[in-house]
Amino acid sequence: MLKFPLYLDYSATTPVDPRVVEKMIPFLTEHYGNPASRSHPFGWTSEAAVEEAREQVAALVGADAKDIIWTSGATESNNLAIKGAANFYSSKGKHIITLKTEHKAVLDTCRELERQGFEVTYLDVQENGLLDLEAFRQALRADTVLVSVMFVNNEIGVIQPIREIGEICRERGIIFHVDAAQATGKVEIDLATLKVDLMAFSAHKTYGPKGIGALYVRRKPRIRLEAQMHGGGHERGLRSGTLAPHQIVGMGEAFRIAREEMAAENARIAKLQKRLIAGFEGMESVFINGDLEQRVPHNLNVSFAYVEGESLIMAIKDIAVSSGSACTSASLEPSYVLRALGREDELAHSSIRFSLGRFSTEEEVDFAVNLLRTKVAKLREMSPLWDMVQEGVDLSTVQWAAH
Amino acid sequence: MRTPAFLDHNATTPLDASVRAVMLPWLGERFGNPSSHHEYGRAARAAIETAREQVAQGVGAHPTEVIFVSGGSEANNLFIKGAALTRRPGIIGVGATEHPCVREPARQLRGQGWRVHEIAVDAAGLVRQDDYQTLLAQRPALVSVMLANNETGVIQDVAALATQARAADAGFHTDAVQAFGKIAIDFRGLNAAGVHALTLSAHKIGGPLGAGALVADKRIEFLPLVAGGGQERGLRSGTENIAAIVGFGQAAWLRAQALASRAAQQQCLRDRLEAGLGEMGFEVFGHHAPRLPNTSYFAVPGIDGDALVGRLDRAGFAVASGSACSSAGGAPSATLLAMGVAPEIARSAVRVSVGDANTADEIDEFLGAFCRALTELRQLNRAVV
Repeated sequence: MLKFPLYLDYSATTPVDPRVVEKMIPFLTEHYGNPASRSHPFGWTSEAAVEEAREQVAALVGADAKDIIWTSGATESNNLAIKGAANFYSSKGKHIITLKTEHKAVLDTCRELERQGFEVTYLDVQENGLLDLEAFRQALRADTVLVSVMFVNNEIGVIQPIREIGEICRERGIIFHVDAAQATGKVEIDLATLKVDLMAFSAHKTYGPKGIGALYVRRKPRIRLEAQMHGGGHERGLRSGTLAPHQIVGMGEAFRIAREEMAAENARIAKLQKRLIAGFEGMESVFINGDLEQRVPHNLNVSFAYVEGESLIMAIKDIAVSSGSACTSASLEPSYVLRALGREDELAHSSIRFSLGRFSTEEEVDFAVNLLRTKVAKLREMSPLWDMVQEGVDLSTVQWAAH
Repeated sequence: MRTPAFLDHNATTPLDASVRAVMLPWLGERFGNPSSHHEYGRAARAAIETAREQVAQGVGAHPTEVIFVSGGSEANNLFIKGAALTRRPGIIGVGATEHPCVREPARQLRGQGWRVHEIAVDAAGLVRQDDYQTLLAQRPALVSVMLANNETGVIQDVAALATQARAADAGFHTDAVQAFGKIAIDFRGLNAAGVHALTLSAHKIGGPLGAGALVADKRIEFLPLVAGGGQERGLRSGTENIAAIVGFGQAAWLRAQALASRAAQQQCLRDRLEAGLGEMGFEVFGHHAPRLPNTSYFAVPGIDGDALVGRLDRAGFAVASGSACSSAGGAPSATLLAMGVAPEIARSAVRVSVGDANTADEIDEFLGAFCRALTELRQLNRAVV
């Protein structure tokens, strides 16, 4: 029995796995102690659970529990990593490098640092969404102190060459931060071998609850950060604030499940993704955004040319997906990630991001495929532009009359 | 092992059953990201706005004045650092008995050229007017004085302090984390008197850990501390913790019901405890000042507070020595030192903070256990000497 709208938006957020909720419930009932309360079992039980969860998060990413700091989510982790490192090491240099396709949590944080006197280079990516390592090397300067590149892109699912970037940074003593919010449970992450200094994690992208995340802070070699939240000195002084055991326990369990089930889950989702791609075969003027090889199987970002974006989104209300537009204030802006790939605004607006997950089924994929095929055909039928294209007109040569 | 009686409600509170009930769907089938445009997202968005109204109503504020953050610590950081960022470095006045999550952000500002003036308090824990006037004469840019102290329960006359600060053009903030749900808070009235912002925390009012709010006059300027997707009108980016926010709203709504009768009930228990303590000759900190109805902070001279609390725990009573956030520290309470209490006395401080589920029997049993623990420790002390 299909439940509408069908959820194909796992990159936006994931349902909390029932096993995770089960683990959380005791900490929403009888175990309500403040983990910082040292004077009674209410506090001790909470503290023990927090430390167990820390081990579970560390285990998924090949780190030591001591390297993991709890935060309220990946946005906060990214803010803490970038501002924390930039400010701590500002005497070494004030140049930062990141990519145009990073999440706003990284981009906006960088802009804030620019206002404070840092210089930021926002590198272009190639048409396939991947960073060109040569271009990266060329951008490095003597005063480059921090590099931030996300592991898996939230919009198009491509996997950046984190290992190689890490090697280059470590050679030059540059701190390397990676936003791994979309990566956990989807790609192998081994911080024992990856030369990454700071890594941000989100629980709610990996079937955990919202409101909790973590930041990996390398201890060998030791990375220092300027704390951004001050107070009772929690989390080694790096992030003050009462810890929420129920959320932490949820993240721990979510990451434990991810570690155990990732291989099998990825295989299953890869099959679903193939089915989805196959479903769009034969459709004209349909483009997949982002490299077809260096990507996670969960994500498929597709542009349907000659279809008006908003009409398309309205037409496919039976599936919950994301479009290539973001509502910023009153205007509808095309996705900056798609623009960075070289997509024209029109095409960016007519893009749909399908993201599959743990509970996605073949039935859902088939429904989505049929829905898109039907609606796209219908919308194109009504489109005068489509008529012209069918007749062989090169639209870029047309002189449009102004109204 | 019998569950200890929980007498440490100022550290945190049990999650109210009806709060848990409203939260669970948001950890279940209603999992959408509030920023998503589809049905899943829209439902989440609507729930957040309902919670915002509930929290606003709980403190007599307008919903647009409520900014959701991850907790009280973050709200305090947001105002103090965020407001400082929009002003040229100057003086920030901070009460001498503030919680570390107010003191520490203020101290951090020193690195940016700010001067921190710790506002002295009297023996009762109330702000001393002479020192406050000294501060105001120097025209501080910002002032932060908590509405009620987490250790002593002492309530400051924040409206009066804010009015004085307004005459000096200072931005005034109050940490209302401990006051919310125990005494009535009217932000509209406080705002009219000169309070620009106040901090709230969900887990102190029977709500979940992981949610708090900064309630702020929209005319006061401050910059966000967490940048990103632009949530909370750009003042706090990051996917909203919908379950915690919904729980916060429900808890705020619940506490607004029957506030007076609940406070009276708790005060009854607190007074019963203090009557018993009084008979044993113990002094209660701040008892000459207006106090929260549930808090009793007292000294047991000659006895190590941590040791006493440990014995009480083994006897089945969860209380605290000093505040939770620093209970591993070992240092005497900064609040008590600021009140002029001698360090040895401060080290013997014990805090009992009652809640809705506590009973008169528990208080009587506590007094019994307390007496026994005290006797044992005194014998030990004598033996050592």
